[in-house]
Amino acid sequence: MPTLIAANVVVVAGKGGVGKTTVTAVLARAAADTGLQVLVVELDGKPLLATLVPGIEVRSISASDALNEYLREKGFTRVAKRLASSGVIDVISTAAPGIDDIVVLGKIKQLERSRQWDLIVVDGPAAGHAITFLTSAKGMLDSVRGGPVYAQAKDVMELLGDPERCQVVLVTLPETTPVNEVIETSATLAERVGVRLGPVVINGVDPRTDVPDPSTLKLGRGSDANALRAAAVFRRARRAMQDDEIARLERSVTTPVVELVSLPVAGLAADDIQLLAASLANLGGTP
Amino acid sequence: MSTLDRPLRGATVIVCCGSGGVGKTTVAAVIGIELARRDQRVVVVTIDPARRLADALGLADGLGAEPQRIDLDVPGELWAMMLDTEVMFDRVVRANAADAEQADRIVQNRFFRNMAGALSGTQEYMASEALHQLHGDERFDVVVVDTPPSRHALDFLEAPGVLARFLDHKVFKLLMLPTRSGLRVLNTAAQPILRAIGRVVGSDVLADAVAFFQAFAGMEVGFRDRASSVMSLLISPDTRYVLVAAPRHDTVDEAVWFADQLRARGIGVSAAVVNRTHPRFGSGTAAEAAEQAAEEKDPATAALWTNLAELRTIAEREREAVAPLDDRLDGAALVEVPLLAGDVHDLDGLVEIGTHLFKRRSVPAAGRR
Repeated sequence: MPTLIAANVVVVAGKGGVGKTTVTAVLARAAADTGLQVLVVELDGKPLLATLVPGIEVRSISASDALNEYLREKGFTRVAKRLASSGVIDVISTAAPGIDDIVVLGKIKQLERSRQWDLIVVDGPAAGHAITFLTSAKGMLDSVRGGPVYAQAKDVMELLGDPERCQVVLVTLPETTPVNEVIETSATLAERVGVRLGPVVINGVDPRTDVPDPSTLKLGRGSDANALRAAAVFRRARRAMQDDEIARLERSVTTPVVELVSLPVAGLAADDIQLLAASLANLGGTP
Repeated sequence: MSTLDRPLRGATVIVCCGSGGVGKTTVAAVIGIELARRDQRVVVVTIDPARRLADALGLADGLGAEPQRIDLDVPGELWAMMLDTEVMFDRVVRANAADAEQADRIVQNRFFRNMAGALSGTQEYMASEALHQLHGDERFDVVVVDTPPSRHALDFLEAPGVLARFLDHKVFKLLMLPTRSGLRVLNTAAQPILRAIGRVVGSDVLADAVAFFQAFAGMEVGFRDRASSVMSLLISPDTRYVLVAAPRHDTVDEAVWFADQLRARGIGVSAAVVNRTHPRFGSGTAAEAAEQAAEEKDPATAALWTNLAELRTIAEREREAVAPLDDRLDGAALVEVPLLAGDVHDLDGLVEIGTHLFKRRSVPAAGRR
C-alpha cells in the first residue's frame, strides 16, 4: 500500500476489462480511510464510479469541456463559445492530435496545483489509449511551437515527469494475455514517457484458501463426491495458472506487484470496495 | 443448450461486438475456425492492437494488413488480417481520388496523416470499409469482423458516415468558397474564428488543415456514396450480429444497450455469447454446499465443500447478472462459454471453446498441418 498512493496524482491505467475502475475506487477508499482528502477523476463518463466510493468527491472531465474552460481562462471567450456551438473541437483535435488529452491532463494539473486535495486518483482512459494519453504532451511539444497549447503541454510534461507529483499504477489480471500486455505497457511507459511507475496491481487474485487435493481424500461415489472433486480440480488448476502468471510478472517488471483478491460477485458494489481497501491497508501499514 | 449453428446459418458477414476485454477477438477466431471446418472460405478481420488473434493462431510474426492464409487442416480456408487504419485510409483515398496527383497531395498532407491516425471514429470507419471490400472479394464466402474495443460499440454502425460528416463540417464550409473555377480556399486571416484557432494551435497547423481541405475538394460525393453502400451491407439480413459479454453487470448492461440500439435500426441480434462463465458443479445450490461444509467433521472434506460453495456462489451471481440480456434477446440464442481451467492462448484452446459455441458433428478435429 505505501507506494501505491505516494504522489499527488495517481493515474490508474490498464486494458479494458482488467478492473481499472475497481482499482481506482479501492485506492481512493483506502487513502480516504487514512484521513486523506481524496478526489477521484474519471474520463469516460462512467456514472458507476461515484456509487462505488460514497462520500468521496468524483469529477468527470471531458475533453471538450476542458478545452472550453481552458480557452475561457486564456481570454479566448468568444472563440470558446463558437467552438462549443460548431463542434470545431473535432477539427482542432485532428489538426493537433493529442490536444484533447493535453487539456484533460492540464485540467488535472490545475486541480493538483490548487492543493485542495491530498490525493487525486484518475481512472485512466480506456483500452490501449493509456500510452497515447500520457505521451500526448511530448508529441505536442515536438509539433507545436509556442502559443497557449505549447505552454500547457510543457506544464503537463512537468507534472508527469515529477515523481513526487505523479505516478502511474498499471492494472492487470493473473492470466497470460493481460500479463503480457502489462509487461509491454510498463516498458513502453518507462521508455517513452519518463513517468514514475508505481506498483502493478493484479486484480482478481484467488484468495489462497485451503483447497486440498481431492485424490488424497476418500470421498466415495455419487454426484456430491463428483461435484466436490471436479470443483477442487478446477480451482486448483486455475490457481496454479494464476501463481505461474504472478511469478512471471514479478520477474518481468521492476516495480513491486500488489495483489487484490477476487470476490465472489458479478460486479462490485461500495461494500466490496471497502473490503478490498481494508485488505490493501493490512498489506503494508500506513500509506 | 443453444449454439451458434442456427443463428449463423447463411451469414456472409458476422460482426462481433461488445465492451473491451470480454473476448470478442477469441470469439471471432473460434467462429472463423468452425466455419472453415464446414468447408467455408472465411476471413477474420481483427482490430485488436494486442494481436491476440495472431498469437492464438500461432502466427509468430503477427498479422499483416493483407489477408493471410492460416495453416489449418480443414476442408475450407481460414484467412486472417489485422486492420491497419492508415493503410486502409490511403487505399480509400486512392480509390476515390480523381488522379494520382490528387491522391498524393492528400496522403502526404500532415493533417490527413493525423486524421487517419487520430480522428475519433476513424478506426471504426476503416473497419466497415475493410468489411465492405472483403465482402466483395471473390476469395471469401464469409467475413468475420471483430469490432474495435470501443466503449461506444455503436460507433461501428455510424462509422461509414464519419468522414462524410466531417466534410459537412462548418469549418470546411468556412474554408471553401465556391467560385466560377470551382472551390477556392479562403484567406484564413479573413475569418476571425480561423485566426483564433490559429492562435491556439499554431498557424502552421492550420495551414495543413487548409491544404487538406483544398486537396480534398471534389471527393466528398464519392465518399458519401461509399458510406451509403457500406451502410446497406451493415443492415443486410445476411449480416449477423453476435454480442459478446462477460458475466458481469457492466458488460451485460452494455450488451443490452447495444441490442436495443440495433433493434432501433431495424436490426436483430442473432446471438449473444457470454464468455468465461464459471462452470456449474453438481446440481445443488451454494447454500446447500455451505451447509454441508458446516456439518462436515473432517476438515479436509469440509474445505472441499467450502470450495464448492464458493464456486457455486459465483456461478449463481453470474446467472443473475446475465438474466437481463437473456430477457432482451427475443429468443435469439444465448451461448455460454465456461471459464476453462487453463488460459486460452493457442489453437487447442480455441478448438476447445469451439465445442461450446457449436454442435460438433463428425467433422475431423482441426489441427495444424
